[in-house]
Amino acid sequence: MNELDFDTPRFTIKKPAVRYDAQGGAPDAERAQRAIASFMRDMTRSAATYMESCIRCGHCAEACHFYVTSEDPQFTPIWKLEPFRKAYRKKKVTAQELRGWQELLYDSCTMCGRCTLACPMGIDIAGLVAQARRGMFAAGLVPHELHAVAERAEREGSPLGATPKVLKERIEWLSDEHGVEIVLDRPQADIMVTLSSIEIMKYPASIVALAKILARMGASWTLRSEGYEATNFGLFSGNLDWQRDMSLRVIEAALACRAKTVLLPECGHAYGAMRWQGANMYGKPLPFRVLHITEFLAEALRERRLELTPMAGSLTFHDPCQVSRRGGATGAPREILASLKADLREMAPGGDASWCCGGGGGVVTMHRADAHRHRAFEIKMKQVEATGAERLATSCSNCRLTFDDGQAHFQWDRKMESLLELVAEHLAAPG
Amino acid sequence: MALLEFARGPALALSVAVFVLGLAWRLYRIFRRPLRPDHSAPRPGASRHGGLRAIFAKMLPPKGVRIRGAQMVNAYAWHIALALIAFGFAPHIAFIARHLGFGWPALPDPVTYMATAVAIVGLLAALAARLSDGVLRLLSSFDDYFSWAVTMLPLVTGMALLPAPAAPVPLAVHLLSLELLLVWLPFGKLAHAALVFVSRWRTGTDFARKGAAV
Repeated sequence: MNELDFDTPRFTIKKPAVRYDAQGGAPDAERAQRAIASFMRDMTRSAATYMESCIRCGHCAEACHFYVTSEDPQFTPIWKLEPFRKAYRKKKVTAQELRGWQELLYDSCTMCGRCTLACPMGIDIAGLVAQARRGMFAAGLVPHELHAVAERAEREGSPLGATPKVLKERIEWLSDEHGVEIVLDRPQADIMVTLSSIEIMKYPASIVALAKILARMGASWTLRSEGYEATNFGLFSGNLDWQRDMSLRVIEAALACRAKTVLLPECGHAYGAMRWQGANMYGKPLPFRVLHITEFLAEALRERRLELTPMAGSLTFHDPCQVSRRGGATGAPREILASLKADLREMAPGGDASWCCGGGGGVVTMHRADAHRHRAFEIKMKQVEATGAERLATSCSNCRLTFDDGQAHFQWDRKMESLLELVAEHLAAPG
Repeated sequence: MALLEFARGPALALSVAVFVLGLAWRLYRIFRRPLRPDHSAPRPGASRHGGLRAIFAKMLPPKGVRIRGAQMVNAYAWHIALALIAFGFAPHIAFIARHLGFGWPALPDPVTYMATAVAIVGLLAALAARLSDGVLRLLSSFDDYFSWAVTMLPLVTGMALLPAPAAPVPLAVHLLSLELLLVWLPFGKLAHAALVFVSRWRTGTDFARKGAAV
């Protein structure tokens, strides 16, 4: 049941013959009550401010790739919160309504936060969607695939079956194949490296690239088998307990090896989950730095601990929403590309306002959402083509997966590359 | 008691009281909630003035994000026009000065008449958009239409007073329409006149910590 599918460009579970988009056997009245209780439990001052402030202007619709590509008003970002807005106003909400809203909260929202940029009131709609997803999880109303991968991540430590045993085998294979040392379970290290399951299972060259760079820098580093998985499907699916479990695995592993820095992989939501929410899962400030790989590389280049050779050709960069727009690290990849002396052709709009690839927020895992996602991806293809750049790169393996799937679906003759791998290919000779 | 006396006396006092207490209640609904502590390390060099910056930055259209252009231009136009009418028309300044003890120079009458025309046309266009646009129609409820009506009423009743001098009954009706606006403002979407600062401040503060865009 829920067998993983590694034979298609997009890694997720195989398309379910029968969908189970509801979990548990709670009666409908209880489901609705649980959803609302969860939503209201999270009703902080920030959330209450946002629930009170909407002026129903509809500007957020124009910022949403799912609305823009369908012109279906129900995809207006703030409308995706309607049952929870009703509940906040003490109006009755039924489980049937919530079932109807599952598509809006999960299939057609990547929590990319473009709507937040567009909102004249500054309402963080993406943050409210995350809060509503926690309500949906409490109600047992999570889409089949997303629940399946999140449950696997909680049980096995990886959403894609990249268990510690699989990781160890991969590392041995990669070390032999590429003649590079990939350090696992060193008792003490300055840097604890984390990975995305997508890298382990689909893009292992990224692991090799990272090992090469760290070796060139002479860094003290390790992977830890008790906490290497940076993705956090607890966050996506809306289960706060699972989110905390997944974060604590990494935090405890970093504490065990007395790491001064936890290095996050090319993954968008892993950055949000650990850099901005990790300490809150831990309940106090983290005694180590948390850096996205692009921030780490930019810093190393700035401090001249790493030197690069120029790259040939023009390139456009796709900003992962959770690292750039919502994470604040928009400048880091551009510093790296400047060091590569890249002929950078920015997309329009790019940087903080960049369009999402359509696969974030767990959307790429859901077969049911494919039509929405592919429509949204057409925006991205047009943006890339308009730059005239020869190559494209990103710093998120989930975006890369979404591009691979989009490329196959549209038979698009472009290939998304990893910025990390580009850096590894252009390491200057030592001395 | 004559209608004008009622409008200038108890109705005005009551509406101002409801306005002040209602807004305080609306803000209390927000500020009674806990502000969850954020243990994440702020981005080095993060601005401490993100809240204030967001309040001003959000007055302009967002960079790189397409917005409903005509709707936004119209909104700028009638918001500015309403401010010019409310605080620039000589009789309004005299009214404020009578109650607060201070005033300021008025705009020339033709300017406020022009502003009134802009506000009325703008509000009619806003209503037409709300009724005809799929997104706006879906989002709209009683609050949106009633708020529109109570905003429009003082403009219409004010226009009915021209040319001065005003007769007592139309003047009373104009005052009562303003008082209706004051009474309704805290409880519906018109409270954004105050909430806009709270909301933008909140997002600006939280996002500046991360160095993220607002």
